[in-house]
Amino acid sequence: MNEAARIPVAQPAPLLSVRNLRTWFHTFGGVVKAVDGVSFDVAPGEILGLVGESGGGKSMVGFSIMGLIDPPGRIEAGEIVFEGEDLARLDEARMRRVRGKRVAMIFQDPMTALNPLYTIGNQLEEMLKLHTDLPSARRRERAIEMLREVGIPQPESRLDNYPHQFSGGMRQRVVIAISMIARPRLLIADEPTTALDVTIQAQLLRLMKHQVTQNAASLILITHDLAAVSQMADRIVVLYCGRIVEKGRAADVIERPRHHYTRGLLDSIPHHDKAQARLRQIPGSVPDIRKLPPGCAFAPRCPAAQDICRRVEPELVETATGQAAACHFPIEAIR
Amino acid sequence: MTALAQRFLASELFHNYRRNASAIIGSLIVLFFAGMITIGPWVVAQDPYDVAQLELLDSFKPPVWLEGGSPQYWLGTDGQGRDVLASIVYGSRISLFIGLTAMIGSCLIGTTLGLLAGFYGGRLDSVIMRIADIQLSFPSVLTALFLMSAFGTGVEKVLIALISVGWVVYARTVRGSTLRETQKEYIQAARVSGLPNAKIILRHVLPNVLTPLIVVATIQVGTFVLIEASLSFLGVGVPITKPSLGLLIKNGFDVLFSGLWWISVFPGLFIMLIVFGINLLGDFLRDELNPRLK
Repeated sequence: MNEAARIPVAQPAPLLSVRNLRTWFHTFGGVVKAVDGVSFDVAPGEILGLVGESGGGKSMVGFSIMGLIDPPGRIEAGEIVFEGEDLARLDEARMRRVRGKRVAMIFQDPMTALNPLYTIGNQLEEMLKLHTDLPSARRRERAIEMLREVGIPQPESRLDNYPHQFSGGMRQRVVIAISMIARPRLLIADEPTTALDVTIQAQLLRLMKHQVTQNAASLILITHDLAAVSQMADRIVVLYCGRIVEKGRAADVIERPRHHYTRGLLDSIPHHDKAQARLRQIPGSVPDIRKLPPGCAFAPRCPAAQDICRRVEPELVETATGQAAACHFPIEAIR
Repeated sequence: MTALAQRFLASELFHNYRRNASAIIGSLIVLFFAGMITIGPWVVAQDPYDVAQLELLDSFKPPVWLEGGSPQYWLGTDGQGRDVLASIVYGSRISLFIGLTAMIGSCLIGTTLGLLAGFYGGRLDSVIMRIADIQLSFPSVLTALFLMSAFGTGVEKVLIALISVGWVVYARTVRGSTLRETQKEYIQAARVSGLPNAKIILRHVLPNVLTPLIVVATIQVGTFVLIEASLSFLGVGVPITKPSLGLLIKNGFDVLFSGLWWISVFPGLFIMLIVFGINLLGDFLRDELNPRLK
């Protein structure tokens, strides 16, 4: 039903279209439905924020797109259509030509994201060797150019430095340079600033945004930090226990959340301009994903939960503005 | 090359080495043996395996400082008139050749299996590690002894026996480090950049798991020299035509209690010396290269 209620504005064909993705892990303790029926689109040039608490399945969405789900995990169902090609059905050899060249991914910890034994020039050029046919002299030039773009001073000499000679923030810049050097169409950033000092988080997010827009690429920003996403993203998808609980345009979701979970996340961000005695928190913790309650997974923690919430799983219902929430009793816009 | 040498001289490793007496002693002993097995045969007067050079009249001569000793034979001679010192020089070559070759073989096989087990996990990992566990539940001398009695004697058979007990320690060490390294994000980053698995293993995992192996490999040469000596002493090691240090002990053992002690005791001392030197060096490397002990 939500398909029929799409916004009546003509949209460009999406770069990436994830349809009903299910990534399950078959463990001794039961089936972990890390991603359970997730659908979303990423338009060309768009920045999508994928938000949720840890253990919410956010990272597994990223790994599913990259085709890097290790046993006992498996993509059970769904499509991952990227530039007209279903990545979930590509074999390993063809998938390798997608990774790094068309879709790149970066991770949380800049301290271990670079191989300590090779110079950063070496690691930048490895990507070019793998995905382009530039001659070696041109590769070096391109690597220097790329380091300059991500704001590393004296790139010519820094190229021959080893990762331990860089600070955390600088390393993450190098990681961004490596990921963007083959000019991918889509960058997946999995908690890219979580391990960094607050003072440089904003710088790096801005750098990433700049890199992506400059290359006309799209970005999926996976994070638990709604504040970061609200400044960056065009649209937001909120995940809870492997399912989408809310999605929509960033401004809508941030200013008028419809799901109580999104509201809870927003309330737990400190605001320096509001005199708040105590920060509100979401009561309870993320349930064991192997033993989810039958109805809405958020019901045990939800302030508005009724009987039906504990029995029937709510569907994702889309409003006229394109905002969708999976809730029996969504928060209605008051403003 | 000079730049590399300068970097080594300025390194922390060299700095600590210069202050560590046992490391210096250990490396001097190892250097001494390295010299002995390379240029030794040209220094000693006799080739103990060239029957034409043996003088039966000179048999059972005691060491030079004892009554009846001859300055020609510093450490005395055995029942065939073979110079004990020359036998030790030639025997050390065989002992160390076996120790080094078996170490390299074990290292190659064990490292490969450990990388595969750690990187791919799953059933392959279980199979390799269960075989390793079974192997470890028997004392290595016993396993080697059993294999030798099945194969018969010979240098290459000793090598096979040593490698089949020696690979386990590498497989376990490498698997452990591989599991730890593959958790790190640069391996994930290599995977998301589209690098094939073989390249990830060779270029990214292998160089990062090599350090602990240096220690294992060093100490293992000493262990192998000992196991080979035990096998040869028990008569299932190297053939009589290629006597290692262990076989030299056995050859003198029959006459040991007749007062002709030097034929067995000197080869025994040399085994002790080489294993001692290797272990001193190995301990120093372990202290230096193990980040947990720092």
